Amino acid sequence: MFYREAGDFKTSYQSDQATFTLRLDKILFWGLMAIATFIVPFFVTEYWEKSVFLPFFIYSIAALGLNILTGYCGQVSLGTGGFMAVGAYASFKLMTGIPNLDMFLVIMIAGLVTALVGVLFGLPSLRIKGFYLAVATLASQFFLVWLFNKWEWSYNYSPTGQINAPTRDFLGIDVTGPSTAPWATYLFCLGLLFIFAWITRNLVRGHIGRSWMAIRDMDIAAEIIGVNPLIAKLSAFAVSSFFIGVAGALYFSVWLGAAEPTEAFAIDKSFDVLFMIIIGGLGSILGSMIGAAFIILLPIFFKNVLVGYCGIPTDIAEFTQIIFIGALIIFFLIKEPHGIVAYWRTLKEKLRLWPFPY
Amino acid sequence: MFFLDPFFYEILISGLLAGVMYALVALGFVLIFKASGIFNFAQGVLALFAALTLVGFQTGQIPFAHLLSLFGLHATHWGAGFPTIVALLFSLGVMVLLAWLIVQIVLKPLVNQEGIILFMATIGLAYVLEGVGDLMWGANVKELNIGLPEGPSEIILDATDMFIDKLEISAAIVAIVLVVSLTLFSQYTKMGRALRAVADDHQAALSVGISLETIWWIVWSVSGLVALVAGVMWGAKSGVQFSLSLIALKALPVLMLGGFTSIPGAIVGGLIIGVGEKLFEFYIGPLIGGATENWFAYMLALLFLLFRPQGLFGEKIIERV
Repeated sequence: MFYREAGDFKTSYQSDQATFTLRLDKILFWGLMAIATFIVPFFVTEYWEKSVFLPFFIYSIAALGLNILTGYCGQVSLGTGGFMAVGAYASFKLMTGIPNLDMFLVIMIAGLVTALVGVLFGLPSLRIKGFYLAVATLASQFFLVWLFNKWEWSYNYSPTGQINAPTRDFLGIDVTGPSTAPWATYLFCLGLLFIFAWITRNLVRGHIGRSWMAIRDMDIAAEIIGVNPLIAKLSAFAVSSFFIGVAGALYFSVWLGAAEPTEAFAIDKSFDVLFMIIIGGLGSILGSMIGAAFIILLPIFFKNVLVGYCGIPTDIAEFTQIIFIGALIIFFLIKEPHGIVAYWRTLKEKLRLWPFPY
Repeated sequence: MFFLDPFFYEILISGLLAGVMYALVALGFVLIFKASGIFNFAQGVLALFAALTLVGFQTGQIPFAHLLSLFGLHATHWGAGFPTIVALLFSLGVMVLLAWLIVQIVLKPLVNQEGIILFMATIGLAYVLEGVGDLMWGANVKELNIGLPEGPSEIILDATDMFIDKLEISAAIVAIVLVVSLTLFSQYTKMGRALRAVADDHQAALSVGISLETIWWIVWSVSGLVALVAGVMWGAKSGVQFSLSLIALKALPVLMLGGFTSIPGAIVGGLIIGVGEKLFEFYIGPLIGGATENWFAYMLALLFLLFRPQGLFGEKIIERV
């Protein structure tokens, strides 16, 4: 039979802890990666790049970041939009201040700046818990967006208050600005998503990830067995904000190319990312990506089907789409409170035993 | 000195009145959170939905007219609308029906789930209600007029030279009446006692024969009523439109400040936030670029929570391993 552990002997701790323990999983994953890296770039068009792939990759990174904080460390945050704005504005200042800086470095430094801001806004988490914390993080959302509206230095005194991404390259290939090739930005974001998913995977199965999960499951008990809540919570805030800052920088510089704080980083961004991880699955890397796909791609799909094929007027299609997404969220929560990724796990369990029921 | 400034008192009073409006929204949250431990994100949309329904009944709109026009039916209005009082009663009926549907369809299957799951479910609910409301009554901005007095109050203007909107005064009166009657209801009626029992301990309440389902239905109906009142007041102030549902965001810092579980907390929190943000905007706002109302309430609540993590009147959080 296929998809079995039988005959696949593990002789070391490393192989026992591997991400893909079944050979078929490994083949499937690397096959998918190979297709995404070597075949898709030849066919990717501007439409697919701008409205499907880039949003999916960038929101996946943001969802991974929030999942570290909320899914693994148990601290609900509604400040994602504000932190994305920090990443975006940091990258803008870097791009305009140091013209020759490589885009990869710009993104990383923007992430670091966001991590610092994230730690600052994470400090209240040491005293405030649960829903009180969720609402407290809204303070960062509103304050940061207001700050980037009023602080003229942050947008280089441009009269409109808008920021525009100049052309910058990664290893000599343009990835921002108006004249980029779809395959270049596609590969750039795909690569970053791969790197961040890999980092997350290795963080959460190591010492730091285990201390996050201990804090999530019960913070007092974790403290008693020797987890330092200060370090665990603040490191979760730092890593999570780093990811979200990177996502924000990519969102502004690579995807949109221009941004304005009240529209681009509004409160609904924070909610969207939170929906992604709850729908996809809290505390799951695959779940973050499934959630991002669900929230980003489903509206596009609906719009195309309802308006394009059925010829329903745009406004009615929009309302139906809102109702449908809301109903789907409720449906999934009732049927599977642990997110779509739980279906995937059940499916894999079933497949391992197939065709026998037990 | 600032308290000799005539503007100070005007700002103080308008802040207090605005605070009452915030408290009105926060009240709906507190009722549901106390009785079922659910953080009801849909409260703002509930207020929008209630106001839309009221306007619809008042002006005699045909529900789903826009959708029906797809099938060739182009009428948008019945002959005439209902008088205000009838429309109010009908809207209340719709809210009670809606509460029953929510409990049966959404909450019953989710009994015993974690708080975050229920919170998420109310977000889904907010989406559905928003879509249904728009589809039923149309998404255009509507005027809401139920005959409340409007404009600056002449008596106060003559006596003290201050501009106070009559609408805000009536909102404050309505809010006070609402709070007093809710308190009386929960203290002195059998139903109210059952509500408090459920809030105290679900399982103990079940064991003495209180039906959780009925209690939830009542609680959601009552917060539907609060949503209707909040929707009417805010709708009369700034028109009935999508942004009405965002008043929920205004109520969140009020909740944090007052505590999620306390009705007096919602009122006092609302007043503190209302006054605080008006004064801050007036005295400090111009120095740092203005429009501070968006975040000041949150920052105030955040600083406050650092010293009292359960809010002003919230139950003391006791943690055990």
